[in-house]
Amino acid sequence: MSVTQADFTRAMMDAGQAVPDGLTDHLAQPAGRRFSVYRNNVAVSLTEAMHSAFPVIAKLLGKQNMDGLAGIYLRQHPPSSPLMMFYGAHFPEFLEGMEQLKHLGYLGDTARLELALRRAYHAADAAPIAPEALGALTPDALMNTRLALAPAVQVLRSPWPVHGLWRYNTEDGAPKPEPQAQDVLITRPEFDPIPQVLPPGGAVWIRALMGGAAIGEALEQAAAEDETFDLGATLALLLQGGAITGLDSKG
Amino acid sequence: MLDAAAHDKLPAAPGVGYKPQHFAQITEDAGSVKWLEIHAENYMGDGGRPIAQLRHLSERFAVSVHGVGLSIGGEGPLDADHLARLKHLVSWLNPASFSEHLAWSTHDSHFYNDLLPLPYTDASLQRICSHIDQLQDTIGRRMLLENPSSYLAFAESTWSEPEFLGEISRRTGCGLLLDVNNVFVSATNLEFSPQGYIDAFPLDKVGEIHLGGHDEDEDDHGRPLLIDSHGREVVDPVWALLDYTLAKSGPRPVLIEWDNDVPDWPVLEAEAARAATALERVPA
Repeated sequence: MSVTQADFTRAMMDAGQAVPDGLTDHLAQPAGRRFSVYRNNVAVSLTEAMHSAFPVIAKLLGKQNMDGLAGIYLRQHPPSSPLMMFYGAHFPEFLEGMEQLKHLGYLGDTARLELALRRAYHAADAAPIAPEALGALTPDALMNTRLALAPAVQVLRSPWPVHGLWRYNTEDGAPKPEPQAQDVLITRPEFDPIPQVLPPGGAVWIRALMGGAAIGEALEQAAAEDETFDLGATLALLLQGGAITGLDSKG
Repeated sequence: MLDAAAHDKLPAAPGVGYKPQHFAQITEDAGSVKWLEIHAENYMGDGGRPIAQLRHLSERFAVSVHGVGLSIGGEGPLDADHLARLKHLVSWLNPASFSEHLAWSTHDSHFYNDLLPLPYTDASLQRICSHIDQLQDTIGRRMLLENPSSYLAFAESTWSEPEFLGEISRRTGCGLLLDVNNVFVSATNLEFSPQGYIDAFPLDKVGEIHLGGHDEDEDDHGRPLLIDSHGREVVDPVWALLDYTLAKSGPRPVLIEWDNDVPDWPVLEAEAARAATALERVPA
């Protein structure tokens, strides 16, 4: 008559399974509908978590479709930790793997952007440097400088207009997205993450910096990707976003 | 070192479950609300607004940390990463109280985001006590353990719930968190006397009382099945059960939990004011 937690979870996550023997009402009759409370609680709470984690995906798909997808997702990928703020990490690949959604190729990257915004929201605080600290360097010293970036900084590259899609679905009166590839920078100057479109080459430059390259070395990589790369404009985005937290000019 | 007096640090006054949408009103004028409770897992990010708000509030209010994810009743070992996160939170925040549930939520490294029930047997008693010992050793203080809402029973149970909780408290030294709405919900669902439950409960171990709203449904036989939803006002019979409890226990910290369909601040504050009135009637 002993009900293990394996028995309990198996029946809870699959309504097609019988309610385990040994779960009863107060008159020792089978628990029946009483067990459904747990089936419901888990499905509803995880579905709600997916709605609040991916509001743009939910808006693009509509509530009913999102509920249905969340119901499948939560069974394939139950949370792996009690930190619900990070639930849904596999959702982009999950969306990309759904045959019925193949015609909506941008969903995966849109979900990636929503995940990145959430990670940025909860990232560690870090005090930005004063912009003058960069201005004080000679051009040579600047090129040899390595930058420490705030933990909230994220870069996302997409063949889709992922920033435009996000903006169109979160901001009243935002323009309809044009078909184009977009690279997105997320900074968090205070508490709210801000996504912005990066100019050509910007994503390569910032990722090189994140990988430990000096400004000049990263510049060469960015220029190789796009010869119009504008160092000043991209650096300004980082400074305005409070994204640079340290300088290392030695060597 | 376990702090035997930890449960006395929350004031015997009304508190509410903190919701970020109430931040401005709480910092301006909290009214009857004298302390705040947070869910531990919502403050385990590395930084940003949640942590900054909590830091700010903790300078002004006594804070109770209420864990919803440790899975103390789990068959498997406690999650070492999660224990470390709890230790970190408790050490920087130094809250007035830490509490968790007589329930499980994690199985086979999957977290189900709900408080799941367990049988009250000698084997589960032993396991829970060892988990509580481990937690109390890790965070360096005494915890409060909360009674669950029950929708069903386990045929294998051999202990009554109040006796089971009393024995856990006796063995581990932990205090208890008495959720009066949970008592009412369980008593309705399993047809026992809620006053009888309170009579059997070790009230001297109670460091905090919870109140919340519930929903109404029916079981397969058309009998009432109440569901602990934390989504509405506390009902009158639960307020009456609070009076019954306080008359026996004396004043205690009383928390209003409202986690779903969270109302505007004045509605929540009015519930706290009602708890203040109930506390005023109790001789100290």
